Amino acid sequence: MSDQGIHARILVLGIGNILWADEGFGVRVLEALDRDHVFPEHVTLLDGGTQGLYLLPYLEDAEGVVIIDAVDYGLAPGTLHILVDDEVPAVLASRKVSLHQTGFQEILGLLTLRGHTPTRIVLVGVQPERLDDYGGGLTATVAAQVEAAAAKVLKVLRADFNVWVTEREETPEGLLAAPIARDPYESERPSAEDACRIGDPRILTRS
Amino acid sequence: MTIQTPNGFSLDTSGKRIVVDPVTRIEGHMRCEVNVDAQNVIRNAVSTGTMWRGLEVILKGRDPRDAWAFVERICGVCTGCHALTSVRAVEDALNITIPNNAYLIREIMAKVLQWHDHVVHFYHLHALDWVNPVNALKADPKATSVLQQSISAHSKSSPGYFRDVQNRLKKFVESGQLGIFKNGYWDNPAYLLPPEADLLAVTHYLEALDFQREIVKVHTIFGGKNPHPNYLVGGVPCAINMNGDMAAGAPLNMERLNFVQLKLQEAFEFSQNVLVPDVIAIASFYKGWLYGGGLSGQNVMDYGDYAAIQGQKKTDRLPGGVILNGNWDEILPIDPRDPDQVQEFVSHSWYTYGDADKDKGLHPWDGITDPKFDLGPNFKGTRTDIKQVDENAKYSWIKAPRWRGNAVEVGPLARYILAYAHGVPFVKGQVDEALGRFNSLAGTQLTVKQALPSTIGRTLARALEAHYCAHMMLDDFSALIANIKAGDTATANMEKWDPATWPKEAKGVGTVAAPRGGLGHWIKIKDGRIENYQCVVPTTWNGGPRDPKGNIGAFEASLLNTPMERPEEPVEILRTLHSFDPCLACSTHVMSDDGEELARVTVR
Repeated sequence: MSDQGIHARILVLGIGNILWADEGFGVRVLEALDRDHVFPEHVTLLDGGTQGLYLLPYLEDAEGVVIIDAVDYGLAPGTLHILVDDEVPAVLASRKVSLHQTGFQEILGLLTLRGHTPTRIVLVGVQPERLDDYGGGLTATVAAQVEAAAAKVLKVLRADFNVWVTEREETPEGLLAAPIARDPYESERPSAEDACRIGDPRILTRS
Repeated sequence: MTIQTPNGFSLDTSGKRIVVDPVTRIEGHMRCEVNVDAQNVIRNAVSTGTMWRGLEVILKGRDPRDAWAFVERICGVCTGCHALTSVRAVEDALNITIPNNAYLIREIMAKVLQWHDHVVHFYHLHALDWVNPVNALKADPKATSVLQQSISAHSKSSPGYFRDVQNRLKKFVESGQLGIFKNGYWDNPAYLLPPEADLLAVTHYLEALDFQREIVKVHTIFGGKNPHPNYLVGGVPCAINMNGDMAAGAPLNMERLNFVQLKLQEAFEFSQNVLVPDVIAIASFYKGWLYGGGLSGQNVMDYGDYAAIQGQKKTDRLPGGVILNGNWDEILPIDPRDPDQVQEFVSHSWYTYGDADKDKGLHPWDGITDPKFDLGPNFKGTRTDIKQVDENAKYSWIKAPRWRGNAVEVGPLARYILAYAHGVPFVKGQVDEALGRFNSLAGTQLTVKQALPSTIGRTLARALEAHYCAHMMLDDFSALIANIKAGDTATANMEKWDPATWPKEAKGVGTVAAPRGGLGHWIKIKDGRIENYQCVVPTTWNGGPRDPKGNIGAFEASLLNTPMERPEEPVEILRTLHSFDPCLACSTHVMSDDGEELARVTVR
């Protein structure tokens, strides 16, 4: 299997809005995967953010797709759940926990219309605990599942797509712009007092 | 009961109330309520943003040089324009001039975004308000071929080509997963296209997908990656080395620039041969449907953008200003720094400036974002399940921005009315030619002033602007090559990168002609950190609620006096609202105050 050309393309797609607490889960798991492992040439790791149609070219080029996202399954916060193929658009359609899902569901419809449906789609999702902490990072409950979700993604890649990764030895350039990589984003967040998230007339005091 | 608004509209709330929530095929969450009279004509309209964004809270205390990376994540559609506006605001505050190459590369990126956004909007978010994909199955591909050849020189025009698309569509529809086309009102008499035109439009819906995926490669080349390109305060984060190789992450070289040029030319041809002719042809079948003008016939505004020479506003290729009361002979200058010009009001928004200042307008530098979720005495339902908002009280998460107290429309139509009134030759030529073609296809004799301020005019202006952007970005590209060939390879000015070089306090403003209209970011910097950051976005201008005087905004005004075929199927409402390309991801500030998503009703 030395010839990379014979491998079908695999897309690992993290989606969600990093600015909205647990909504950033998919992107953060992707970051962890990139930090720790080297993937074969035919595997693309993509930070999809909240994009819709921009993602179409990447999905069209992929034979297999693994999506990582925060999805409201109505389970206990932090629960990981895996869905495959036809179950994926259904869950993205019926539960609407974030802005991007309408767009993403539409993308899957467009793939069908254009005859480029991936042969297999797997969704690795987490039940979010909190979304409305704007500018906040993952909650402790959900953050505790990042490594487990990354392990599940690797397991899916091995079992479904015969993709094997190696451990990364050098620090990667990073998938996200430096200021919004997980560590600076979370650790350099000004305190609630400094950023007036509490106790200042300009904050979210609930009337 | 009829109310006369100070800006000349009459509102009657006596008839049946229809609620559309959420308004679909837009970015973000929006609700719309209208009252229709006995003849099903809309007599009152209420636009509500149902989400809160909290952007100010996210940015306060952060490093101003990083703000672009945060604002790029606000929204899934307009990533680049927020990032560009942000770096412009910071550079304005710190008095940084960027190298000419950086300026031109940013100009190309902004226009690529504009082109991409306009094309995607028309074919993938708006076309289905005019085009019936199910009806396309009945078309004779030969008739579609004749229609295509009569409207443009587009090469893909054979009957066989359209037959193939029709077969694919048929298979898709028969598979039962109508998917993207579900939730349509396909037997509604509001759809007026003959089947051959429906097939033409559906075909180009698919072709547009191919073009949109190609053009964004330009962002990857200049911005390092997509869909979230990199920006840099002081310039652009890509180096130029004309003799460099093509390795990933390598500097820009001739090969890459040649590739960019090819993509820009392809975009130019697509908007010339497909987008603009399609919009004119589709519009001609709707010649009797000239509703939806609303505020655009009176008040329009833009900050002006696309300066041919960096820093010289008078060279703006889409010049800004304000037109009031439909007087196209007088264009009032706009200054985003003047505290008396751009102001936001919250009397009808779920915010408070304190009781003493409840009806006051605040300039964005002094902006306050303090939520107050209060539904008013006449609302129906519960706090988490609103059946009907009370538009006499607070009813939206969007603020109401005004220019010297006037409600104005922003967007491509506003820019085109301004550019036409300014006498910009390219725009004047485009508008006159498009109207000539429309009149000859439709057998009408409409003047520019009759045709442009309408839903159709808004959609046409967007298509024309996409093509003008394609034209301008080719000019920018030539200028970039000439500059590089003259020996200038600078792409960033890092003199003021170090916060130690900054004043203790500074404030700046950045504006951009974003796809949906004039976008402004106002920043205050103190001790090297963001002290206050306010974004006044296009959908705030258009979709905001009433102001303390009772003036209604552009969305509400545009729906008035439009007859609906079937009130329970809001095709006409969607058509007009979509013509603004609403994007509420950033204009609205979440959910109800206890974190629950506001209830959504489809149509009642």
